[in-house]
Amino acid sequence: MAEASRAIRASAVRLVLNRVAYGAVTLLLVSAVIFLITSWLPGDAAQELLGQSATPEAVAALREKLGLDRSPLARYGAWLRGLATGDLGVSLAANTPVADLVATRLPKSLLLAAVTAVVSVPIALTIGIVSAMWRGRRLDRSLNVATLSMVAVPEFLIATIAVLVFAVKLRWLPALSNAVDIGSASQFFRTYAMPVLTLCFVIVAQMARMTRAAVIDQLNASYVEMAVLKGARPAHVALRHALPNAIGPIANAVALSLSYLLGGVVIVESIFNYPGIASLMVDAVTNRDIPVVQACAMIFCFAYLLLVLVADLVAILSNPRLRHR
Amino acid sequence: MAQPHVQVTGLCVAARGPGGSEALIVRDVSFAIPKGQVLALIGESGSGKTTIALSLLGYARPGCRFAAGTVRIGSTDVLSLDDEELYRLRGGQVSYIAQSAAAAFNPMKTIMDQVVEGTAIHGTLTRSASETRAVELFRALALPDPEGIGSRYPHQVSGGQLQRLMAAMALITEPELVVLDEPTTALDVTTQIEVLRAFRHVVRERGTTAVYVSHDLAVVAQMADRIVVLSEGEVRESGATADILERPRHDYTRSLLAAARPKPRTTDEPREDTPLLEVRDLGAGYGRVGADGLPEIRVLDAIDLTIPRGATLGVIGESGCGKTTLARVVAGLVPAARGEVRFDGEPLPTNLHQRTKEQFRRIQIVFQNADTVLNPAHTIRSILERPLAFYRGVTGEAAGRRVAELLDLVKLPGSLADRRPAELSGGQKQRVNLARALAAEPDLILCDEVTSALDTVVGAAILDLLAELRRSLGVSYLFISHDISTVRAVCDDILVLYAGRKVESGSRSALAAPPYHPYADLLIASVPELRTGWLEGLPPRVTIPIAETHAAQPAGLCPFLDRCPLRVPGLCDRLAPPRQRFPSGKEVLCHREGEDLARHQLNTAITT
Repeated sequence: MAEASRAIRASAVRLVLNRVAYGAVTLLLVSAVIFLITSWLPGDAAQELLGQSATPEAVAALREKLGLDRSPLARYGAWLRGLATGDLGVSLAANTPVADLVATRLPKSLLLAAVTAVVSVPIALTIGIVSAMWRGRRLDRSLNVATLSMVAVPEFLIATIAVLVFAVKLRWLPALSNAVDIGSASQFFRTYAMPVLTLCFVIVAQMARMTRAAVIDQLNASYVEMAVLKGARPAHVALRHALPNAIGPIANAVALSLSYLLGGVVIVESIFNYPGIASLMVDAVTNRDIPVVQACAMIFCFAYLLLVLVADLVAILSNPRLRHR
Repeated sequence: MAQPHVQVTGLCVAARGPGGSEALIVRDVSFAIPKGQVLALIGESGSGKTTIALSLLGYARPGCRFAAGTVRIGSTDVLSLDDEELYRLRGGQVSYIAQSAAAAFNPMKTIMDQVVEGTAIHGTLTRSASETRAVELFRALALPDPEGIGSRYPHQVSGGQLQRLMAAMALITEPELVVLDEPTTALDVTTQIEVLRAFRHVVRERGTTAVYVSHDLAVVAQMADRIVVLSEGEVRESGATADILERPRHDYTRSLLAAARPKPRTTDEPREDTPLLEVRDLGAGYGRVGADGLPEIRVLDAIDLTIPRGATLGVIGESGCGKTTLARVVAGLVPAARGEVRFDGEPLPTNLHQRTKEQFRRIQIVFQNADTVLNPAHTIRSILERPLAFYRGVTGEAAGRRVAELLDLVKLPGSLADRRPAELSGGQKQRVNLARALAAEPDLILCDEVTSALDTVVGAAILDLLAELRRSLGVSYLFISHDISTVRAVCDDILVLYAGRKVESGSRSALAAPPYHPYADLLIASVPELRTGWLEGLPPRVTIPIAETHAAQPAGLCPFLDRCPLRVPGLCDRLAPPRQRFPSGKEVLCHREGEDLARHQLNTAITT
């Protein structure tokens, strides 16, 4: 028996390692794609930096200095080596290490994402589960209309209306959230309330709808009817029987929605003037600041892969059929 | 008679159709059950038996509602209870055992958690007290490892064990009434006996009142004191079990009884002996192919068989024995790892891509489930025209004529041609499925459990059709089934598979008399007979404990070794059994001599 359970654990560990290895391979492929695309971007960083009036000799000298004259493969190799050692290169526009730029922005982005996740995930799961339990009834239909309208309204509109209402009309909150000098809880709340609210509008609807579908799928299963016939109350049936079986799809829906919180929030960042990593990337694209673009793209991909990997692991570890294969 | 324990009066259940209109699916049903008795609700699919059974728990499936009538259990008027009272009734006073335990157990929770859940919901026992009682029940239900089995997950135990575990789940709250809904239908016959015995034992011992829902009269004959015969939501007849079986009054009951005793549909007249299909030393399986050229998971091993032109070979065995894989190898869907398949004298490539169109045409397969095989988006006409165009190049007006002929051949009205599968009944769909195979004008049809998903009466009509097609068209069949009486009724030769090995084979008449291979003997003895008292009369040897797993045996040993009541220690577990040929012409894979086997056998000669 002990031997059997050891074998079982070994197979689960193998499954997990497998997923991690796949994640690493995907990341490598993504890095190649990012490098390829950014090297095809129109415009030349040296030309861009020196301006239209620069002499061809000056441009060539700068190209050599930046390593732009080397073969793409050699540059890719050097870039990968840099990535592996944490050296993200030097920003062409700011002339500072990319790592420093990222270090000032990434924690801010992560904090915004974390606060949004903490607020939105419980709300979304509750809406999803409640509407699944009352599927087809009036409560479900109203929640459906509400979530659909939330997802249909563009986020810049929500953000603008929020600013108009809370900052301009009511004057409760500042219009900008530049996230400096946060000393107290109330300051924290005042800074994050509107960006988080706007982001929640976007991602709650998606997660809630996926949760609803996943739970309803399970509520139609025979074991749920069996639980009802054992005298279980609706909440017990939904939370103790259906929900554990829906964890896999829900975890994936949550991961997909959360991955949006790093790269996809540029509108929210610019409306509230929030110093996150998405706006860093957009600025870098305008400046042809290729090292920064590459670094940001890699960070987004890494975060995305990490979230999906975690969702997969949750699905595997929560399922006894996969856990005990 | 004293006040009955359960009384159902004038029950009507309405269901909302797709158009929103309501129709009664149960009409004016009344019956009563005295305390401690078992009542059977018997009928075919759509007869309303499950709907009636669920009404005893005050439960109507989504889209259904109780339209009229009362259900009284003891002093409780079930249909007038509010939600809170229903929660107390369900799983407390009345409990339910569902048809498919595999689906009714939550895959994410341990068995013990689910078995004791009822006591936790109803607050009747502490967790440790209910676990103790659960273990007692596991023991009473003859489950292996009663202390440890509760910590496993549902996918880690067998189907028969799960079904008994569900009985424990139902009985743990000591209900007054247990509803058993087709609890053994999904099981193999050899497993079914174990489960029936366990159910009978615990229900009788506890004096529990029970309702047993089934389509199988022979099973019901073992379990019930009284029978209610249902069709189309109405009671056709009710009475004591023996009366219903011996003196049925209603025509519908008579047709059920007739279908439960299949009549032979084949003749023993001499036939030509040119082999159409020959299989020699076939091995096949799934998974990665190892260094020895054999696949990782071996499903079939050393299979020999011959089907003469115009004959029917029956392949019988329990689920997982490899019978479907055998059909798939012949059809070319699974490559053979070893051995040879010859068709009409020519070697048949076992790889699909090496077969010619003509070879495809001459071997057709008919699957078990016509529901999933027929494309729901196509009309019957286009389903039948496609093989006509593909194999015979028949199109246009000629194809239209041929479609009409094919429908006529399978005894369906020509007007069905422009309908879609969803508009047909189960039996009609299976006929279309058969017509689709016939469109190719094949020499051999592989029939994989073609009647298993159908009601007995409908299935019997399909068997008649198969026999008639064979007479008129001269096709041969490889007929796969788990049901020995069906195989006996339609086949000339029979092959018994166990764990991928051929343990016995011979003509139909040779397989109706001992000596049998011990597995064939167990299989035949496990088929319930249509009389009361059969289960009690069975010698206990039929119920030798079923081994936990079919652990890997040393190569070549008897596959039935761990379950065999006649194994010879020191011989069977060390040497591969020889393939013996007995005077009757049958081949048996066993160490024991024929007379020796016959002496220990459960079955005597069977008249067909």
